[in-house]
Amino acid sequence: MHYILNPWPWYVSGPLIALVMALLLYFGKTFGMSSNLKTMCSIVGAGKFTDFFKFNWKDQIWNLTVVLGSLIGGFIAVKFLSNGSGSNLNPTTVTELQNMGFNNPGMTLVPNEIFGLDVLVSPKALILLVVGGLLVGFGTRYAAGCTSGHAILGLSSLQKPSLIAVIGFFIGGLIMANFIFPLIF
Amino acid sequence: MKFLKFLLIGIFFGIVLVKSEAVSWYRIYEMFRFQSFHMYGIIGTAIASGLLFVQISKKRHLKSVEGVDIFVPKKEDGLIRYIIGGIIFGFGWALIGACPGPMYVLLGTGVWSMIIVIAAAILGTFIYGILKDKLPH
Repeated sequence: MHYILNPWPWYVSGPLIALVMALLLYFGKTFGMSSNLKTMCSIVGAGKFTDFFKFNWKDQIWNLTVVLGSLIGGFIAVKFLSNGSGSNLNPTTVTELQNMGFNNPGMTLVPNEIFGLDVLVSPKALILLVVGGLLVGFGTRYAAGCTSGHAILGLSSLQKPSLIAVIGFFIGGLIMANFIFPLIF
Repeated sequence: MKFLKFLLIGIFFGIVLVKSEAVSWYRIYEMFRFQSFHMYGIIGTAIASGLLFVQISKKRHLKSVEGVDIFVPKKEDGLIRYIIGGIIFGFGWALIGACPGPMYVLLGTGVWSMIIVIAAAILGTFIYGILKDKLPH
């Protein structure tokens, strides 16, 4: 039980994520979480504006079911499979984040300073959430995939477009964390 | 009932992402600052195991439940869309510390403000759909 309640090491987690990918392929589907955003656009009627969202979203119900499951999985993991121990972050990371104004880095999954419920009274945090969401939603569709579809499935099947996309992910992430964060935090 | 297996796969996926800390905003920050091997280890071993699975399926002609060879759809050729789209995605990934899978998982863990992020991501996808024909691909 001790091994389950503590955070899982990377060499256990990586292969288990690949197992998810393999199971979906076995069931005749593909691993791709961002497609659900497109499906949700279609469900709420975005097909009226452009053909891009005109498709039979009912064919995607299986993927929405994976989303629902992942929500439940997240709940189960924190409620029943965790002992409240924080992440074992690099001390340099912790100090850096503290200097940027984050309290208790790693003790929760996300910083309260951005995700706390008082975001509704903090315009800055609200803007960050909205801008972050817009960038992820726009970028992932432009690049035709996200971490699951490109980094895991695409690279596992040695596809060049996925390699280019993943290089893009890292260029963007590195610029944000190293050069833009110091300006906004 | 035919969706039950997908629900279970999703539950398993959610648990793995939380227990591996891949949904941790801090872990993503640490990764982009090259201050920890943790996320690289997860992504690296996921790709290595996935590669092994895809190669074995090809060589042995493993069948899916539908009775046909397991196959991975080919991504369209291109450069601009992947690099530019990828960079835009990367900005958002580092900023909110979550990509489209973890967004839902985090909502499940009780991070309610993820609803705002998910709504914005749906809007971002919609904006892409509207601008699609005007963008270089």
